[in-house]
Amino acid sequence: MSNALRLYRRFLGISLRAQMEYRASFLMQSLGNFLITGVEFLLIWALYDRFGQVPGWSLAEVALLYGLVNTSFPIAEVLSYGFDAFGSTVKAGEFDRVLLRPRSLVLQLIGQRLALKNVGRFLQGLAVLSFALSGLSFDWSAAKVLLILLALVGGVALFFGLIVLQATLAFWTTESLEVMNTMTYGGAETAQFPLSIYPAWLRTFFIFVVPLGCVTYLPVLAVLDRPAPAGLPDAALLFAPGVAFVFLAVALRAFQFGVGHYTSTGS
Amino acid sequence: MPQIVVEGLGKQYRVAERKAGTLGALGGLFRRNYCMVDALKGVSFNIERGEVVGYIGPNGAGKSTTVKVLAGILVPDAGRCEVNGRVPWRERIEHVRRIGVVFGQRTQLWWDLPVIESFELLRDIYRVEEAAYRKTLDELVTRLNLGAILDTPVRQLSLGQRMRCDLAASLLHAPELLFLDEPTIGLDAVAKLAVRDFLRELNHAHGVTVLLTTHDMDDIEALCSRVMVIGEGRILSDGTLDGLRAQVSSERRLIVDLERENGSFEQDGVTVERREGHRVFLRFDPRKVPAAELIGRIASRHAVRDLFVENLPIEEIIRRLYERIPA
Amino acid sequence: MKAYAAILSARFRTLLQYRAAALAGLACQVFFGLVRVAIYGAFYALSSGPQPMCFAEVVTYIWLGQGLLRMIPMSVDGEVRAMIQSGSVAYELTRPLDLYGLWFTRSVAGLSAPVLLRCLPLFLFAGIFMGMQPPSSWEAALACAAATCCGLLLSAAMVTLLTITLLWTVAGDGITRLALITVWTFSGIVMPLPLFPEWLQPVLKILPFRGLMDTPFRLYLGHIPPGEALPFFLHQLAWTLALVALGRWLLSRGMRRLVVQGG
Repeated sequence: MSNALRLYRRFLGISLRAQMEYRASFLMQSLGNFLITGVEFLLIWALYDRFGQVPGWSLAEVALLYGLVNTSFPIAEVLSYGFDAFGSTVKAGEFDRVLLRPRSLVLQLIGQRLALKNVGRFLQGLAVLSFALSGLSFDWSAAKVLLILLALVGGVALFFGLIVLQATLAFWTTESLEVMNTMTYGGAETAQFPLSIYPAWLRTFFIFVVPLGCVTYLPVLAVLDRPAPAGLPDAALLFAPGVAFVFLAVALRAFQFGVGHYTSTGS
Repeated sequence: MPQIVVEGLGKQYRVAERKAGTLGALGGLFRRNYCMVDALKGVSFNIERGEVVGYIGPNGAGKSTTVKVLAGILVPDAGRCEVNGRVPWRERIEHVRRIGVVFGQRTQLWWDLPVIESFELLRDIYRVEEAAYRKTLDELVTRLNLGAILDTPVRQLSLGQRMRCDLAASLLHAPELLFLDEPTIGLDAVAKLAVRDFLRELNHAHGVTVLLTTHDMDDIEALCSRVMVIGEGRILSDGTLDGLRAQVSSERRLIVDLERENGSFEQDGVTVERREGHRVFLRFDPRKVPAAELIGRIASRHAVRDLFVENLPIEEIIRRLYERIPA
Repeated sequence: MKAYAAILSARFRTLLQYRAAALAGLACQVFFGLVRVAIYGAFYALSSGPQPMCFAEVVTYIWLGQGLLRMIPMSVDGEVRAMIQSGSVAYELTRPLDLYGLWFTRSVAGLSAPVLLRCLPLFLFAGIFMGMQPPSSWEAALACAAATCCGLLLSAAMVTLLTITLLWTVAGDGITRLALITVWTFSGIVMPLPLFPEWLQPVLKILPFRGLMDTPFRLYLGHIPPGEALPFFLHQLAWTLALVALGRWLLSRGMRRLVVQGG
């Protein structure tokens, strides 16, 4: 374990230095990412500007959702670059080399690169999150702080899981990126609105299938002292973020299955 | 017990059949036909500790499939395979800790980093003790003459330098077994010699077993006590280089430099391969016409300036062997 | 011309091989069409004032967008990018073809193959189950088809231009990503352009991005009467020509730089 941490630190150091080799490009990427979130925000703002607010949700409350998504998603992206770029790794035949090293595949892939370019989005998400938390008037308690942190960590696990699933597809098709990109980015986009605006089947989907709601909507309801949606006990709100870890475990399992497929077909 | 035991290894790949034309491609969206291609059809061999074995065959014969199975990154459909008493793909991590793999076409070093940093990373990946790492590194740096390039980023190395670094990288954890896939491809003559010398010393000094796939027959002649030839998924020949020669053809070549350009060499058991000015290339079978007798006869009939006998070049042997493979 | 046709057909066949990707992509496009419809449904449900488009039009606009989604520049040509990164792009100069034409043709194929595959089933599904409306008239349908073709050329010009910029920023895709997001945002795929704030409308009218989606869709809806379509076509074509000219100029400079540096 300590050796694994040491190795990860070394991976990080190397990744940082490699990114600094292309400093101009790195700066452009960070700037690009920062501006991208700006454009996204413009779209949401335009929507609210034209239509007014979602019933029952103040701007600060929606900002809490947006902030949660846009802090956890970029952290997951920073960590998961090896999975994000996995399609090209397989295509280039580099995955053989990963298999030839006596270390866990997940550790090696996480260590492939720390995608710092996503820091821009993270900062922006963090700003919105603190705006939301300072603008909301609810009773602070240790439990709520814990729940928000749990929602954040759960969000990282969930988006990480989605990116792992995207990587898994690369074992079967070389053109996997598009689908899962819509899944991750589209999912992030979807989770920025309260689930209550969606039809029932979509709500079910985002709670039970791709449990984005479990790390955003449900814990936010609990933080705001609102009742759980129909059919769910109130206690479920507190445990919802845990579902994300189950999702991640399933995703990693699927990835292992993909590795089995890879080593039996050699493609 | 041999270090590598391979018995009846079989592997099939499923290949999608493509139909011609855009309409055919559209049809392929809905129904697709697959055909099975045999990459390995019952490959068996043993390799003892310390052997240097050349593994050759035409492209697509199954060389890299075999190496992938031995390296533990491909699971075969049939047969048995044990390396160091382990089934490679069942215990991946334990297995790969004890082997080294070099792909001539692809580097395992980190492209943007100085060589030494790749080495240190590999030390951590393979959990090599610091003292052992120092010792191995010093030896590799000396033998491969890496001192001057350790701090150079990999992308700035020449191909020959890069290959020397790749060799070192695959040996830092002192593997007992080394797989080399075309380690001299694209190298200039000097670099090739350096790689060969190093591999020979490595084998002598540490008894490392080497399995070498290559298209360069000079690699084989320089290094391998044993050659396995694979074609169409089967082992066609397995033995010493001389044994391989004998199996394919016992013919030798006699090259004669004449004083004058003409002269006939018609006689039993001898064929004229070609003429280049004063030089005549003859092929003969020493079992029918002993070399001494042939030379005596030619010297008595022609004004000979010089002559010498040589084996058929190994390329020629291999070409003939490949030609026997049913297409 | 024959060479370009051959490239087009070869690219088409390559792209058609990815069956799983095609099916999954289709499913995704349907799914996110539903999500978008739900979002706008919620906003329309609580809005009382008049809006520039009625909800039914927004629904149709969204489904048109999902059907033609892949016609929007999504990324640069991956193979060309790999060639540029490995430096082998210099060999492209040895082909007896105009390099810009080659890349442009590849882009056209890459953008149109997935759309041709997916739009029909998607439109069928959306028309039957999701309340997507038919075109407002025959003339509107024709005008929309023509504008879509112009949009395809415009899109290919954008992709080619972005690909060419890689000659300068080999390792980074910062500019490309930023450019792509800009294209997406202002094409109408994420949010129908008429719903953007009023003060932004004059800018949107001038920008080239509306030509990708918004122009054909509003012709389809009858927002722009077919009789008044001409200036919109001219807008699309003028931008296409401008981007092609810019791309050609950049490419010639980039290749000269490449040759001088020796790759």
